[in-house]
Formats: sequence, C-alpha cells, structure tokens
Amino acid sequence: MPETTFLDSSELVLNMGPQHPSTHGVLRIILKLDGEKVMGTECVIGYLHRGVEKIGENRTYQQFAPYVDRMDYCAAVSNGLGYCLAVEKLLNVQAPPRAQVSRVILTELNRIASHLIWLGTHALDIGAITPLFYVMREREEILNIFERYCGARLTTHAFRIGGLQYEIYDNFEQDVKAVCDLLLPKIREYDELLTENRIWMGRLQGIGVLNAEDCKAYGVTGPMLRAAGVKWDLRKAQPYSGYEQYDFEIPTGKNGDTYDRYTVRMEEMRQSIRIIRQAVEGIPEGPIMARIPKVLKPPVGEVYVSIEAPKGELGYFIVSDGSTQPYRLRVRPPSFINLQSLDRMARGALIADVVAIIGTIDIVLGEVDR
Amino acid sequence: MPEDQKPEGQPPAQARPPAAPKPPAAKVPASMATTPWDGELPRILKEQFGGQIQEFSTYLGQNFLVAQPDSVIAILEFLKLEADFDYLVDVTAVDYPQRPERFDLVYVLYSFARNERIRIKTRIPDGYKPRTATTVHLTANWLEREVFDMFGIEFAGHPDMRRILLPEDWEGHPLRKDKLITAMDDRWVEEHLGIESGH
Repeated sequence: MPETTFLDSSELVLNMGPQHPSTHGVLRIILKLDGEKVMGTECVIGYLHRGVEKIGENRTYQQFAPYVDRMDYCAAVSNGLGYCLAVEKLLNVQAPPRAQVSRVILTELNRIASHLIWLGTHALDIGAITPLFYVMREREEILNIFERYCGARLTTHAFRIGGLQYEIYDNFEQDVKAVCDLLLPKIREYDELLTENRIWMGRLQGIGVLNAEDCKAYGVTGPMLRAAGVKWDLRKAQPYSGYEQYDFEIPTGKNGDTYDRYTVRMEEMRQSIRIIRQAVEGIPEGPIMARIPKVLKPPVGEVYVSIEAPKGELGYFIVSDGSTQPYRLRVRPPSFINLQSLDRMARGALIADVVAIIGTIDIVLGEVDR
Repeated sequence: MPEDQKPEGQPPAQARPPAAPKPPAAKVPASMATTPWDGELPRILKEQFGGQIQEFSTYLGQNFLVAQPDSVIAILEFLKLEADFDYLVDVTAVDYPQRPERFDLVYVLYSFARNERIRIKTRIPDGYKPRTATTVHLTANWLEREVFDMFGIEFAGHPDMRRILLPEDWEGHPLRKDKLITAMDDRWVEEHLGIESGH
C-alpha cells in the first residue's frame, strides 16, 4: 500500500459516518486530510454483520434461500439466482427451460431496479435531487411485477432450488412489455437531465479513476471493471441460465472514472431491456421445476458458482458433507471487494469527491457486512 | 470410515470428519468423487513445483489443486505471471476440527485471458501462520482479514492484520465449528450494550 507523505502538523482526521446520508447505510470512513485533500482513508465496516455464512451452516439448503435476499437487498432476485444455481450445480441438476427464461426476465428487471436506485442515490449525493423521485417512480413499476409474481417486492425469494415455485401469472408478458416500453423513454429522460449537464460532468469526470490494472489487482468487477475498458461480463464469459441465447452488448468505458461508470450503468439498463424483450417473446412451455427430491442431500463435494450481479461477480462457494445442511457456505460479495478500492480512488481527491466515489462503487452495506 | 472407498493416492485428510453441531450423515460416500485433472496447466505446474502440489482434481467440471501451505504464494505468483491468472476472486477457509490439519484454505483464481477458473487448496493446522497473498494480489488484504476475523487464521506479513467485520475487542472466531450459532462474546455484549447476551 503506497504511503503518502504529508506534514504531521496539517493532518486532520475526520470521521465520516456511520450515520451519514451519503454513505448509503452504516459505513464509517476515517478520512486523513491535509486541508480538504484526502491523504488516506480507512473503512470501518461490520455494523450490519449478521453472520449469514454461519446461518447457512445451520439451515437446510432450502431454508437458507430467503436469507440471501437480505444481503444485497436492492438486488434480491440476483442473489437468489446465484444461490439456486450453486446448489443446483452441487446437485447436478438444471432448471427447466421455462424456469430459466422466467428467471432471466426477473433477474434483468431486478438489475434495472438496482441500477435505478444507484442512479437516484448517486445523483442525490452529488446534489441533484430530482432524479431520485423519477427513478423511484419507475422502480415502482418493476416492483409491482415482482409483487404480482410472488407477493413480495424487495426480498422476493422468487426462485427455488431446481426452478420456480410459482407459474408466471396471466398478464405477466404484457406487464413486462409495458414496463420495457415505459422505461426506455424514461432512461432517455435521465440522460437529458444528467449526461450533458455541466455540473454533473464537472463533478464526475476524472474523479475516482481506477484503471484496468488496478481493477484486476483489487478484484473489482461489474460496471466498475467495464468502465475501465475491460469487456468482461460473466453473462457472456461463462453464460448461465441460457444467457447465450440473447443478443446484447457489453458496454465499456475508456477512462475508468466516475463518469464512465455512470454511462456504463445507463447503457446496461438499456441492454437489460433488450434481453428482457427477447426473453419475453419466447417463454417456452413446460414444467417450471426440475425433478429434485424434497429433502436435499447433495453428494459430498464443493463448488464455486458465480453470476454477474448488478454490482459485480457474486459467487457462492458451498462445501457439502452429504447432509441436509451446507458444511460451509461462503458468499463472495461484490460490494465488499469493490469497496476495498475506495482508498486507491479517494487518495488525492477532495472530501466532496469522496461522496461521489462512494456513490459510484454502488455498495449495499447489507452485502458488505453480511 | 473405510479406506477402500477413497481414490488412489489421496491422503486421509481428504476424509470428512463429523461436524460437531450437526447430526452425522450416513450412507453417503465420505469423500468427493473427483476425477484427475489433466492438461497443459497441471503439466506445467508439476514441472515447476513437483511434489509441492499433492493433487490435481476436477469435481463437476471445476478444477482445483491441493498444495503444501508454504508453496501457495509461489504458486499464486507463478500462475499470475506465467499463466495469466491475474484475478484473485476469493480467499476463504473451511474448518474441520477433527482433522490434524484443521483448516482448508481456499483461493479462487480466474484468468481473463483464458476465461478459466481454478481453486488452490491447502491444509493447515491450527496456529499455523500462512504467508499473506497481498504481495501478489492487493485484493487479498480484506479477504485475509475476513478469514482471520472468522477463523482466527493469522497471515504472516499481512500489512494490517486486524478484524474487519466484528468489533476489534471481540473474542472468538465465529465460523469455527466449535462455536455454536448462538455463541457470543458475553463480556463484550454486556460491556458495550449493557444487556445479558441471552445464555
């Protein structure tokens, strides 16, 4: 870790958080300042630690599924997908095609919902209050679909190991298409509000730069990696749930700064709509649940399965001892690992930039602390 | 457990010990049904590290190797420089309290160039201090801190070996199998929260 030299007499230690609106939850950052310039940071995390991995060892495979929704609660559907895929891999079963397509639609809707929350809160941190109300309005439409599908809006527990519990409802396709038709012009509206906005550009461009090499060194994935110019997305690199059938682009940036991450995420929402539109056209008929036993006892073994969550690579490492409960359940959380790069990005920036940098990482503290 | 069920050449440490808080699982094979992992990469690694890598295996299409604890960092470095495994995905541990080498330390690696994922496993006894991977991958910093926090495995040469999720003056390491799910640091809870910790 590079040490920055500065005069001792001018060092000021400032505590930011845990109760600070721009830290997106209970994140505490100890800032070492020289005037207004950040010379070093230290993250203090763990305020939301609930021992999710320990709980996993003490629940059966099915019982644990709702818990994963409570890690990244802005993207509960993605968490559930990753967990179900990991256990299915351990059992060596695959969800039927109808379930896979429905999963893709719901997961991509959730990616848009997660990005909308990021956009609203990020803009709010920078000082643009209006977008927050707009994105909440649009997110509501997505949550309504979740509610009609499975009864829950936030912590959905939408999927089951082996497929789905609920058949999609009668007007599902129409609802999804209507949301897609609604969202595209709305995203253009956010574009008009922000993309060319002088203040927005001034606050974001050249801030929190993390180049491709740094991203790899820090294990940073997701939109942050893509903004640094690395065209890597697990949906393309190692497709799961039939993502290889869909035609979509991986948006990338050039500079790896906060502005590029903004444009990458905006484009990702459009690409998600593209995937949803393709998926909803051809939901195959058939069963929604694979033939799996009621009591799950995966054979002795271990797997690591990861998916492209809205925030980056979300992985599950599960060790089975042949019993009904995982022997070890490890979650590889993208927020936790991406947050580690905060120090690199914030050094040399101003305090106000730290707020922008926290926003651009797109953390959810529930997932950082687990 | 019967020795004859195990694949040839595997050390007995592969066997699963019964977990203390859980009912014993009977009737299932006690070791992973792995197949040998052959190919270019294992060949190069065998050439380079010889007997320091005990096992190359594949389970459900996922490749992993088991190495001596003191050679892990050299392997990580070799893989990064010579085989493009430039992204350390995860570092974690698994506790087997009945085994002499109590912990499995697991490193998940990915290569962008090869689009390939492998795992490096090593078995270490309680109290052994493995060398830090931060010299090879910066991301190991927080990951190793979490392993220390949860399992009490200290990493030698780590720049900042402190707890990360639990409070710094907390006692005990919750993901060890001898800690039950309800176990808490009673002293800490009483001191800081002013409540009985419930048991």
